[in-house]
Amino acid sequence: MSKRVAIVGIGCSGFRTTSTDLSYREMIFEAATKCYEDAGGIHPQSIDSFVASSEDFMEGISIADEYVPDQLGAVLKPVQSIAGDSLQGLASALMQIKTGQQSIVATSAFSKVSNLSHYEKVAAYATDPAYIRPLKEHPYFIAGLEMNRYLFDSCSTREQCARVVVKNRYNAFLNPRAVYGAKITLEDVICAEPVSAPLGQFDISGHLDGAIVLLLASEEKALEMTDKPIWIKGIGWATDTPNLDSRSEGLGSAHYAKLAAEKAYKMAGIKSPVKEIDFAEIDDTFSYKELQHLEALQMCGFGEAGKLLEMGCFEPGGDLPVNVSGGSLGIGYLHEANGLQRVLETALQLRGEAGKIQLTGVETGLAFAWRGIPTATGTAVVLSNRL
Amino acid sequence: MSEKLKVSGGTALSEEDIRSGKIFVTEDSLNCAYAWDTGVAINRYLAELKQGRIIATECRKCKRVMLPPRLFCELCFIPCNTWRHVKDTGTINTFSICHVHWDASRIKEGEDPHLPAVIEIDGASEGMGIMHILGEVEPEKIKIGMKVQAVWKPETERTGSINDIKYFKPL
Ligand SMILES: [Zn+2]
Repeated sequence: MSKRVAIVGIGCSGFRTTSTDLSYREMIFEAATKCYEDAGGIHPQSIDSFVASSEDFMEGISIADEYVPDQLGAVLKPVQSIAGDSLQGLASALMQIKTGQQSIVATSAFSKVSNLSHYEKVAAYATDPAYIRPLKEHPYFIAGLEMNRYLFDSCSTREQCARVVVKNRYNAFLNPRAVYGAKITLEDVICAEPVSAPLGQFDISGHLDGAIVLLLASEEKALEMTDKPIWIKGIGWATDTPNLDSRSEGLGSAHYAKLAAEKAYKMAGIKSPVKEIDFAEIDDTFSYKELQHLEALQMCGFGEAGKLLEMGCFEPGGDLPVNVSGGSLGIGYLHEANGLQRVLETALQLRGEAGKIQLTGVETGLAFAWRGIPTATGTAVVLSNRL
Repeated sequence: MSEKLKVSGGTALSEEDIRSGKIFVTEDSLNCAYAWDTGVAINRYLAELKQGRIIATECRKCKRVMLPPRLFCELCFIPCNTWRHVKDTGTINTFSICHVHWDASRIKEGEDPHLPAVIEIDGASEGMGIMHILGEVEPEKIKIGMKVQAVWKPETERTGSINDIKYFKPL
């Protein structure tokens, strides 16, 4: 179980608000081809196993996992689908190698949310049919409740949440994979139309189509395949109760994130996350989530994230750059593919291939994904360019 | 064993209880509408069907002529951009005689059974074909290996759909 595992190939395609020219199969094929080329031109025949993450409701095909093989080159190979965020898929791929069952495993996820006419209807169907759905609220009401309680508990401010949006959308300008880059002001965010107050229109990340494929390999194979392996040092995930009215430590907390990170840090041998992690790509589905997650992930104390943000700590040039890529607010929201998107950005930074958003001297990064409303599931991954 | 089973009390629900609202009922309708992007390959496949033709793609490596057409060969894992029209005739690979409708209701007396079949299309590689239905044939006369031909809808009624072929009939 001591086998070390690295990311040896990275590929993505799409990253557009619509992608009417390509089917999801064609979009994933493009990402897979790029990934395999990136890993030294491996033919999928040499890949042992494949893990895809998807949500049938989003795709409109039940047992969507059966539609995985062709576009990944996985016909007649071991194929597994994870109905969850793609970081849970990454965890599954990692375990297949750690147990010694496989040596090279591909993992993929995609979003074709532009094909879904009413996202909010699907999101609403994730709430309890007996005692939540009959209230007939737009599903973003959950984010409004969370935000309000988080601000109350942490003494963070509405302005600090708005500052997250300003930062991430500005960061996105320099990232070619980001489509929601914008130079906006605090006032723009605060005065935008309320959705489920205090949550406003600009506090919500916009939807995006895209596909991501990553290739993982055992230490032995990784060192043969690439001179830039990115090591998966630690991973952890946790799910809280689905009950909105009795979440552990309340709706204002992200306890799932705390537990997921604790496991990931322990596995990675990290004792002081603040000192040992150089930058983070973490969930910012909604503006307040970045602050709430930063605190839960022990990047700072509870109630401190907003103040540190104001001091510029999370800017690209700050002590702990957070979502230099633009995050979901700047890049766009890829649904179950969000997790792999965060790993993609983290891994490119660690390789030194992040282009205009490249940070200097980074060795260890944290990627964290939340599965979105109404879930309380999070997965944290620690990545490093040092063995 | 069954003799020892006792009804454990309680009150059985009736349909009337549900209808009359005597028990908790919540009604909702699932509104999941999708507008799938068919992509390059299937888009052209459907456009060609509208013209009364069947089009396939050929892999330059394994030379398979593939139906339905695809933009990449899933076995060689390379892009395919060689398009080939194939015939609208073929051979029955397998078939079934369905006595139930799609909603699981049984066909009525005198109603013809549905006849789904896989038809290997002439001009496509062996084992490559179209999943469709058979018509103008007595169910008991259908045989695996039988030659069939597409019966198309009139041009004005075609919409760019697999249903632009009404069915396949024996040659
Ligand atoms: Zn081929």
